[in-house]
Amino acid sequence: MNKYFRELTVAAALVLLMLALAVFAPHFFQFQPFISRLTSQMPALVAAIGIALVIISRQIDISIGAQFSMCAVIAGVTAASGLPLGVAILAALGAGALMGALNGLLVAYLRLPSIVVTLATMAIWQEALRLWQQGRLLALPAGIKWFGCDQLTGQTIVISITFILLIVAAWAMKNLAAGRFIYATGTDAEAARLAGIDPQRTTFGVFVLMGILAGLGAVLNLVQSPQIQPNCGDGLELKAIAAAVVGGVAISGGRGTLWGVLLGMLLLANVNPALTHFHQPPYWEKAIQGLVILIAVMADGLRSRKNQP
Amino acid sequence: MKSLLKLTSIHKSFGAVRALRDVSFELEEGEVHALLGENGAGKSTLIKVITGAHQPDGGRLFVAGNEVAQLTPSKARELGIACIYQQPALFPDLTIAENIGLRLKKTGFLSRVRWADQRTKAVDLLHRIGAEISPDAEVRSLSMPEQQLVEIACALGSGARIVIMDEPTASLTQKEQHLLFKVVRELKQSGVGVVYISHRLEEIFALADRVTVLRDGESVGTNPVDSLTESQLIKLMVGREVSSIYPPAESEAGAVVLSLSNLGCSASGVSGVTFDVRAGEIVGMAGLVGAGRTELARILFGITPADRGEIQLNGSRVSINSPREAIGHGIAYVPEDRRRHGVILEMSIAHNMTMAVHSKLFPGTWLRTKAENLLAAGFIRDLGIKAYGPEAPGGSLSGGNQQKVSVARWLATKPKLLILDEPTQGVDVGAKSEIHKIIRGLAKDGLAVLMISSDLPEVLGMSDRIAVMRGGELVEIIDHKNADAHTVMAAALGTNGKDAA
Repeated sequence: MNKYFRELTVAAALVLLMLALAVFAPHFFQFQPFISRLTSQMPALVAAIGIALVIISRQIDISIGAQFSMCAVIAGVTAASGLPLGVAILAALGAGALMGALNGLLVAYLRLPSIVVTLATMAIWQEALRLWQQGRLLALPAGIKWFGCDQLTGQTIVISITFILLIVAAWAMKNLAAGRFIYATGTDAEAARLAGIDPQRTTFGVFVLMGILAGLGAVLNLVQSPQIQPNCGDGLELKAIAAAVVGGVAISGGRGTLWGVLLGMLLLANVNPALTHFHQPPYWEKAIQGLVILIAVMADGLRSRKNQP
Repeated sequence: MKSLLKLTSIHKSFGAVRALRDVSFELEEGEVHALLGENGAGKSTLIKVITGAHQPDGGRLFVAGNEVAQLTPSKARELGIACIYQQPALFPDLTIAENIGLRLKKTGFLSRVRWADQRTKAVDLLHRIGAEISPDAEVRSLSMPEQQLVEIACALGSGARIVIMDEPTASLTQKEQHLLFKVVRELKQSGVGVVYISHRLEEIFALADRVTVLRDGESVGTNPVDSLTESQLIKLMVGREVSSIYPPAESEAGAVVLSLSNLGCSASGVSGVTFDVRAGEIVGMAGLVGAGRTELARILFGITPADRGEIQLNGSRVSINSPREAIGHGIAYVPEDRRRHGVILEMSIAHNMTMAVHSKLFPGTWLRTKAENLLAAGFIRDLGIKAYGPEAPGGSLSGGNQQKVSVARWLATKPKLLILDEPTQGVDVGAKSEIHKIIRGLAKDGLAVLMISSDLPEVLGMSDRIAVMRGGELVEIIDHKNADAHTVMAAALGTNGKDAA
């Protein structure tokens, strides 16, 4: 069976959905709304790229929503205090790196299970935010929205940054030693260690990268509105993990591509707009997304059973 | 005497490997029947046939005189067959009484647990085997021998008439052994038949009534223990011609590459290892399973670093604290059990082969697919790997070819010292001799080779010198000119065995 079978099936499903929309609801493709929709999906895609790396290295990070909120608020506060946008962006990325490093330290070097560690850090960041911001909306100064450009330019920048990131990361996973370390660690950490690869350092690095990407996602989200909510990242972890799993990243580690993650994200994110354009009640969104995830996981289960001797 | 268990001309193959050929075995009531053989002689397979874990390809099996057609593990238990493994399989968080209770026959409405009954029975059983432990203790808190006693009690509780003991004394102290022997004799008294597997010959002479020796999957005979001497037993185990299919040693040993003095690691139970390996030389490491050979390799490769003694590489003293450092020093280690950690089955051959090279790289290094595939194609050609190309996943290869990929990974690092752990285990005959040729060729090119093998003919045929380990210590180094199966086996077993040689 083709190595990219999973990516191809998701692509086929996405193409079918788009074709159906093109035939029955052509206004879905009207330029401005289409671009706006795509732009709004980019922050989650950035986070999904990060979580894909985490899952490929056979770990999980459910604190990414909380990291995202924290980075957004830190960037917002920095910008609101009058510092330039560049400083705010660096603050968000730096905060993400630190939060990721904490997770990485606990998981890689203290060998604690990542699901428990990130559950704990998720709660800590969420409650810290609640204490700090008291749930207030944070108004952003002018010049932040769309990086101070007009809307279309801003949207182009957001989409471009995301796709450049995706292309670079996908290339790196295939062609850099680091990518190989991640796959090897996720498939068989002991074998990797015997081959002289340092699985602990690899795991730590992946968590730090995850934090930085959560920060970048927060920035790309921040520039899309005049204000930010301190809980803007809530539920992001599930969205990102679902995109990765639907896109063919094996939850057991070691397998998956970032192109699959892109396809998974686009498929899941377009369920809701498609419903609207087919004049169906939006309540079906979660159910359909759940169904898509189940089908994806079942396909994996069937395939791995077939491969067993 | 009533026959409890009888197997006649059992056959069993795994792929191309014939694990058992025409093996017959019988166990009588109240008998201790020892099963003896080298590593890989077929003992475990025979045990698995008796416990129903493996279905034989041919032959018949009788329990208490009745033929059993399809033996499954649960049916074997019902028929009163119980196996006590080296590592007891108990529930650590339950008490002894609860563990025993789980194995008792379930009776009554909804198989309700009668706690009081269960406890009384447990006390009874423990008393019967003379174990002085409280039935309310959690299994977690017990020592290894105590757990073994609980296993035996469980076996009896389940009504076992046939008890198999697989190297039960491997982890016991002298005193604990005596307690176990007492229990075995009591079992015998009560009419239970015991299949007793051990490498310690003195135990066999102390306990067993008869002994069956397996060699290369065949039974070389069942004899009353009284009729044999230790030396005769060793001869039965190894007595075969070393075939001349091994590539001849042509290389002259060069400078000392690896020099160990008094090396040890308390965590893995290795101590006082002193010897040298020279360039162009193959040193075979013989010994029984658990003698500390793999542990020594893991020390040299920095997986469990040494805490005593000295390692010298090319004349300078080094300390090796991680596989990374070992690779940096030019050491390569092809581990045992390639399926688990040797070859990553999901990854392509090319990726597998370059894996150990990456450890020397900065994570940001650009891996060039072309160069990688070229390297892999070179090894595929040189080592005669049968695969459709560098992109083929490791899992698509046969065992022998996977082993070659594993070797190639290490050759890619251009090592000075190559450590091979059971390089031909589970490999078919053809691939085996190819791998032997490769190893000899590498030595000829000046590599120092340390080859761990439980395959005695392989050790004898391949090695320039043979280092024998026993109980975590290096007990003897034998030049290949003076080595024969008998001397090596005697050294590994720890009997001098010279009286009848």
